[in-house]
Amino acid sequence: MANDHIDITVEPGEVHALLGENGAGKSTLMNQLYGLLQPDEGEFLVDGRPRTFRSPRDAIAAGIGMVHQHFMLVPVFTVAENVALGAERTRGGVAGWLDRRRVRREVVEVSERYGLPVDPDALVENLPVGAQQRVEIVKALTRDVDLLILDEPTAVLTPQETDELLTVMRSLTESGKSIVFITHKLKEVKAIADRITVIRRGRTVGTATPETPEDELAALMVGRDVTLEVGKAASQPGREVLTVTGLIVEDDRGVRAVNGVDLSVRAGEVLGIAGVQGNGQTELVEALMGLRAARAGAVTVDGEDLLGMSTKQILRSGVGYVPEDRSLDGVVKEFTVAENLVLDTYDRAPYGNAVKLNPAAIAAAARERVEQFDIRTSSPDAPVSTLSGGNQQKVVVAREMSRPLRLFIAAQPTRGVDVGSIEFIHGRIVRERDSGAAVLVVSSELDEVVALADRVAVMYRGRVLAVVDPQTPREELGLLMAGVTPGADKPADGVTPGAGEPADGAEEEPK
Amino acid sequence: MSSDPSVEAPREDEAASPDDAAAAPTAGPGGSLASNFLHNLWSANTVVVTIWSIVLAMVIGAVLIVVSDSDVLAMFGYFTARPSDALTGSWDLISGAYADLFKGAVFDPATMSAWLHGTGSWRAAFAPISETLTYAAPLVFTGLSVALAFRGGLFNIGGQGQAVIGTITGAVAGFAFGLPVVLNLVVALICGALGGALWGFIPGILKARTGAHEVIVTIMLNNTAALFLTWLILQDGVQDPKRTDAISKTVAESAQLPSFGGALRVNLGIVLAVAVTAGVAWLLNRSSFGFELRAVGANPAAARTAGISVARTYTLLMVVAGGLAGLGGATQVLGTAYALTPAVAGNIGFDGLLVALLGRNRPWGTLLAAILFGALRAGGNRMQSFSGISLELVTVLQALIVIFIAAPALVKAIFQLRAARTARIGATMTKGW
Repeated sequence: MANDHIDITVEPGEVHALLGENGAGKSTLMNQLYGLLQPDEGEFLVDGRPRTFRSPRDAIAAGIGMVHQHFMLVPVFTVAENVALGAERTRGGVAGWLDRRRVRREVVEVSERYGLPVDPDALVENLPVGAQQRVEIVKALTRDVDLLILDEPTAVLTPQETDELLTVMRSLTESGKSIVFITHKLKEVKAIADRITVIRRGRTVGTATPETPEDELAALMVGRDVTLEVGKAASQPGREVLTVTGLIVEDDRGVRAVNGVDLSVRAGEVLGIAGVQGNGQTELVEALMGLRAARAGAVTVDGEDLLGMSTKQILRSGVGYVPEDRSLDGVVKEFTVAENLVLDTYDRAPYGNAVKLNPAAIAAAARERVEQFDIRTSSPDAPVSTLSGGNQQKVVVAREMSRPLRLFIAAQPTRGVDVGSIEFIHGRIVRERDSGAAVLVVSSELDEVVALADRVAVMYRGRVLAVVDPQTPREELGLLMAGVTPGADKPADGVTPGAGEPADGAEEEPK
Repeated sequence: MSSDPSVEAPREDEAASPDDAAAAPTAGPGGSLASNFLHNLWSANTVVVTIWSIVLAMVIGAVLIVVSDSDVLAMFGYFTARPSDALTGSWDLISGAYADLFKGAVFDPATMSAWLHGTGSWRAAFAPISETLTYAAPLVFTGLSVALAFRGGLFNIGGQGQAVIGTITGAVAGFAFGLPVVLNLVVALICGALGGALWGFIPGILKARTGAHEVIVTIMLNNTAALFLTWLILQDGVQDPKRTDAISKTVAESAQLPSFGGALRVNLGIVLAVAVTAGVAWLLNRSSFGFELRAVGANPAAARTAGISVARTYTLLMVVAGGLAGLGGATQVLGTAYALTPAVAGNIGFDGLLVALLGRNRPWGTLLAAILFGALRAGGNRMQSFSGISLELVTVLQALIVIFIAAPALVKAIFQLRAARTARIGATMTKGW
């Protein structure tokens, strides 16, 4: 059950923040309101009248609009075409043609009225993420909505873009629109919300005002006093294991996503890579794992050259890898838990050889891992798709940690994972470090990077801007993530000549 | 109807496959066999949907039989005056037709009892089943070819072309080499498999290297193979010197698949088919390559991330799939045809697609589906000559069965089956695209 008897009221002209962790049921609630899911029980009242929403069409008719976490735009359409999509207006009767002029006019009008600069003729695929989001908002506003649902709108934005969004939200509420702002980021809530409803495990656990202190909100959200700290001893860095020098990697469109990265990770330490998503982290890790060709540079593990090795060889040489997109790259959903646990070791003793598998050994190992890693499953033979996200992630982590590792690379290791599993996975990562492996953690959650890392490298537009201590003040880290280096007062665009198109956001993959 | 046991079986045979978990009986251990059966009869698992699809196809087939018979149709003209005429007329027609279908495919009680009473021959008694298995054998291979490729995420429409090349290489090896007894047959079969494998390798390597869609490439290669065959038959050294029409030399007797008992057509091909089915089942579920191909088929991105070479898997998979279809072609030419003609491979490649679909892309399911198709074909021959119903009706029946299987929601709605995971059946079939 994702939602269990939730009560929530949104007043006209207010920003109502829906605060809760990943998987708390925030999005589920809003998807019901928007007609994408049907509630089993309970009702929605709009202006005092009960309404049922069988589809988004009903919701829009009732004046409710939604901007999804993952944008619902057609990349090859222009902004105006995307805005028109779903509410196309035609001229000339039944066999009419699209009234593009009118849509354009509407787009311009709405964007001027609410301070949302968008070019109606730009192709959506060429727009950075922040602009795509504005298109989504404009689209909702042209439908004359009174209530706008923003589902985790800041997850993909730089701090600056986030500020711009908050300004837009203010101008919207000033003109009488209500906003439901779904997030798990406390600072933003405090900055913009008029009222806060905290949701935990599908229940409303409290309402709060923006004056409530942050740690109190965090405690409400998680259900106990949270220590964002990960219990770990000081690191004992040993030999240099991973060395990356001058690495250049192109993304799928041939743009340099990684533009000359130098890194080194020592045995027994965790290097965290912080940065807003889409600044080359994905491509960096894929290049390290042999999943993406590098244009230039060198990558060595204990002196062995990784570039040019196949993924299989890299994995065999003692590198463990947790990919950032679990459902796409991490697990084969149709496979059983046991099969997923040997996905990259199925042809090695004792699980099998080049010719055949050894089902008995695979089953025995699966039972052991399920136990060790506390994987909650009905059976090792259950399809992995029947597991929760957190447990699927534990399967991936268990698989990668089941062999001796020199280097452990974890990208977004706790994305979409429940709190219990987060703690467990973090604990395991630290344990891997303490056993002498070099660990590279990439995360767009700054909290996670800071909690896990012994050193933090901040990536911006394909470059490592700085490697800093995790104790560095948040403001400074935030500025670095936005491309502002200490001492300089403007973004570091100028220092990356030849970086091609802006890297941020454009390579966001649709989920 | 022979189909009921045939579709039941895949469940026991491949308990390891995750899909089967969905199809497994849900009744408690205390339930008797009968209550278990009744419980499952109305739950919408794959087996039940298959059975009901066949039933539904036969019902519609019955309507078509009546509609296409002018005498019975005339009786419906005065239905209100004497409804019994029309009803008994229809019933006689339908039951007669389906009885002939059964007699032609499984056994005929008359010949069977004649044999038991010593007045008839055992050959006559077993002729129907022999025909069924004869038609089934090549379909098993082409069906396995499609099924295996599909489990690896490839839609092998090229079974036909691969089978045609298999008939060519098999037959040529059969009449050209003149090897000693056992060896000649073995070499001919291997040549058939290699020919098909080569024809599968082409789309495989193109897919792996360039991303060329295997559906397009294999369709083109089907035409290429068919035209190559028609050209080749007329060439010196291939064409039968004593003939002027398009037929090749006859395969040496030592390279022909031995039939059982002389008069029956059924031959070693069906035994080979069962053995190969077992081999494919092992390959799929117990071998490292099977693990790779299933992983690539289900989620190529995750397979690649785990270090499995997707390109290598695609290529190898098409080679194996092509080899299977080629073996099917070789079985056809070495088992029943004995010489190349432009239509020697018939439609076995395309029928293999339907067989794999009906068998849910599982090896043993495919075997049973091929036997069902063989039975329909064998029974259809008798239905045509005894009841005067066109053989095309059988094709319509096959098509209807497949349509209902491909649209499980329809079957579910018609029979009000309890909700189960039937949606997956349809979903898996369209994934190749």
